[in-house]
Amino acid sequence: MIFTWNNPAAGGTEGAEELCVGFDRDRAVRVLVLPAWFDEANKLRRFTLEVMRRLDSAGIDSLLPDLPGCNESLVPLQDQTLEGWRSAAMAAAGALRATHVLAIRAGALLAPESLPGWHYAAQSGPKLLRGMIRARTIASREAGKAETSEELMAAGRTGGLVLGGWPLGAAMFRALETAEPVLAPGQSDIAQSAIGGPGLWLRAEPDEDAGQADRLATLIAESLGNSAA
Amino acid sequence: MTTSANLDSEAALERELKGLIADVLGLDPAQAEAFGPESGLFGHLPELDSMAVAGLLTEMEDRLGIVIEDDDVDGEMLETFGGLLAFARGKLDPR
Repeated sequence: MIFTWNNPAAGGTEGAEELCVGFDRDRAVRVLVLPAWFDEANKLRRFTLEVMRRLDSAGIDSLLPDLPGCNESLVPLQDQTLEGWRSAAMAAAGALRATHVLAIRAGALLAPESLPGWHYAAQSGPKLLRGMIRARTIASREAGKAETSEELMAAGRTGGLVLGGWPLGAAMFRALETAEPVLAPGQSDIAQSAIGGPGLWLRAEPDEDAGQADRLATLIAESLGNSAA
Repeated sequence: MTTSANLDSEAALERELKGLIADVLGLDPAQAEAFGPESGLFGHLPELDSMAVAGLLTEMEDRLGIVIEDDDVDGEMLETFGGLLAFARGKLDPR
């Protein structure tokens, strides 16, 4: 089910209508799903939806909103900030009446502290940037251009940077340099080792793994006391 | 994440690297087992683009407990499985 939610204006950014994919049957438990970012978002998109499908079978609602600047969003990604995304995640939690949060990879940087829930294979801002900067230096070298990580970091801090095709503004870039996921009360980590098998974000091409989706959905359902289907 | 504790033997390091490439390429462990020193990587496998290589190197840092600098990354190190193995060995035992 695809519908829209309204991200209100906040912190100098304009509000906008954003899309949301959800399994919404007005049940007691409603999980806000905050997806992985950028390249990892593509690689984990199907996995994310497969987990949501399984939660649905287990009697749990789940809601996956587009963050401003991502997917079908009409606002430019380069204008987005970490703070802006945090308030968007909170606004989505309210608008979608979420009772829990499932934050995936860098999505953990946005998990609203008011919601109990889970951080799956949480990733820090510095690690995210390091991977994307490295991809850019490798691609540049292949194209015969010499760019160092230090130069790129400096450029990103002052003027923003396009990494892997994603234009990141300077404010987002600077915030990510120190952003670490924080577990709020009622939130717990689910490491990849608890799911088994290699994380799908590692794959060179997007892939799926029904067993991994089963295990993540089961862990969530069990911690809620629902029996997984 | 596992670290370098159990990587002192050549065979263990080779196994770890093959497992890592299998994870990135979505191969069965048995397929990755067939990698030899001359097996081509970057530039030979179309799915191994710069983003995938970056992911592979970052995961290598985590799993092997090493730090890979810009200057370490060159064509030779990435071109073959043997090159990557020699690089990892050098990083783990720089003496």
